[in-house]
Order: sequence, then C-alpha cells, then structure tokens
Amino acid sequence: MAFDSFSAFIAMEGHGPYVWACYAVFFVLMVVMMAGSVRSRAAIIESCRRGYEFQADKGKVASAPASSASFARVNVSQD
Amino acid sequence: MWQFFHKLGSPKWFFGISARFMPWLLAGGILLLMAGVVWGLAFAPKDYLQGNSYRIIFIHVPTAFMAQSVYIMMASAAVVTLVWRMKLADVFVKAVAPVGLVLTFLALFTGAVWGKPTWGTWWIWDARLTSMLILLFLYGGVIALDRAINDEKSAARAVAVLVLVGVVNIPIIKYSVDWWNTLHQPATFKLTEKPSMPAEMWVPLLLSVLGLYLIFGWLACVRMQTEILCREQRTRWVKEFVMKGRV
Repeated sequence: MAFDSFSAFIAMEGHGPYVWACYAVFFVLMVVMMAGSVRSRAAIIESCRRGYEFQADKGKVASAPASSASFARVNVSQD
Repeated sequence: MWQFFHKLGSPKWFFGISARFMPWLLAGGILLLMAGVVWGLAFAPKDYLQGNSYRIIFIHVPTAFMAQSVYIMMASAAVVTLVWRMKLADVFVKAVAPVGLVLTFLALFTGAVWGKPTWGTWWIWDARLTSMLILLFLYGGVIALDRAINDEKSAARAVAVLVLVGVVNIPIIKYSVDWWNTLHQPATFKLTEKPSMPAEMWVPLLLSVLGLYLIFGWLACVRMQTEILCREQRTRWVKEFVMKGRV
C-alpha cells in the first residue's frame, strides 16, 4: 500500500476530491454506456419478435379464406 | 483470401463470430481494468512532483488513448466503406461513434480535473486540449450527420467522408505536445523509448489501457449487433435468431 491508513487513502493528501471525482464520473459513464448498449440490443430483439408475431397472426387471418381465392401468394425474398 | 474478405463483410457471419468472443472480451477487459485501477490507486508510489493527483493518469491516459484509436479505426472503416462499399464497415462507424464521444469527453473531463491541482486551472486554450476538444466535436458531427440523412447509403458515404476529413486532427493531437510549447506533459508511452516512469507506475497504466481496449471491443460488438439486427430485420436469419435464439 502507498498509504498508511484508509482515511489517508480517501484524503490523498488533499487531492482526494479531484481523484475520486474523476474515477466516479469514469465508472458511472462507462456503466451507463455498457448497460444502455445491452438494453438497446434487447429492445431491438423484442421489437423484431413482436413484428414477426404480428406478421404471423396476419398471415393466419389472410390464409383462412385463401382456399376460395383464385390467386396464389408468392413469397419473394426482400433482401 | 477474397472469400474471407466477403465473409468478413457479411453481417450474419459477424453476428455469429462476435457472440463467441464477447464474454471473453468483457471478462478480460473488466479484470485488467480493475487490476490496473486498484494497483494505480492504492499501491503505486506517489509522484514526487504532483503528489497523489497524478493517480488520475490511470483513467486519463486510457480514455485519451482510446478516444484517438477509436477515431483511427473509424477512419480505416470509412476507407473500406468508400472503396469496397462493405456494409459492415459502415455499421462499425455508426456503432462506435457514440463510444468515441464518451471516451473523448472522459479524457477532457479527467484532464480538466487533473489540471486544477497541477496547473492551477481547469481549462486553458493549449494545443493539446484544443485539438482534443475538436475531436469531441468531430465525433458529435459524425453522429449528427448520420442522423440527419435518412437514406442509409447516402448517410454511409457522407459520414465516411467526414470521418476521413477529420483524421487530419489525429497527428495534430499526437504531436501537439512536441510542436507547440504546451502546458500538457509529453507522451507517457513511446514505442521507441523506455517509459520515463518506474515500472510500478507504468505497468498498472498499461493494464488499464489494455482493459479499456477489451471493454471497447465488447461495446463495439454489442452495438454493431444492435445495428445489424435493426438493418437486417427482414432477413430470414434474423427472424430465426430472434425466434429461436441462435444464428
């Protein structure tokens, strides 16, 4: 240890507020950025899932009277 | 070779491969960063001139170093976007620009707080500080330009051009401490010379730089995956991933 006691470690000979303010801002911003990135990925996965489920439901409704219709639905890849 | 290059550009391939690396990047990054920070804060000897305020270096140098290397990575990706029109390169630029912005802000903030007890002022219009501020604005400009253009392809090209124009700022930041008479101290690490500080100071600094690098790698993967999912949501593989949880 470079310090004699825990209070000396916190005080850092008067430089404590500067050092700890830097570390606090650094860790808060890093954690916010990391958590935010994970959450936005989860959000896009969730919105995709809802979109696919909605499409699937619509597909069921549309395909029910399809037997009486004369046209065939063609699936063309969109990519 | 070309097959590999094409594979590298495929968002689906990247999605699968990045998922495998990500836990290691995150675990390794946190471990190294924590080791560097704890060592630097509690065990490294204090500086004979600056006292304990120098302990800010263990986050100031990593963030400043990363802020610049993220920009260089973005510029390399911008070249790939313009020359080969590789989608993944553009995804990278968009995904990491906000990370670069935060890192640059952190470098400026920790520098300002360090400057107060060391130089007696929070801010000075010094060459190194001013060129770092320009880097912050460049990151902001890239994000703003990307959001301002709706068409994906035009946005990709405009952003790539802006990133490449801004790359001139990087050597200015790097050499500002040599070219001009600045308050800022010269580089801590040089490839050609031994560090000017003792090993108990530069080893923890190196650890935290490497740790932040790995954490950046993880962040880039998460954010690129988000961007890929957003762009490719009409494809079959994204549907399979979302519904079944695997690529």
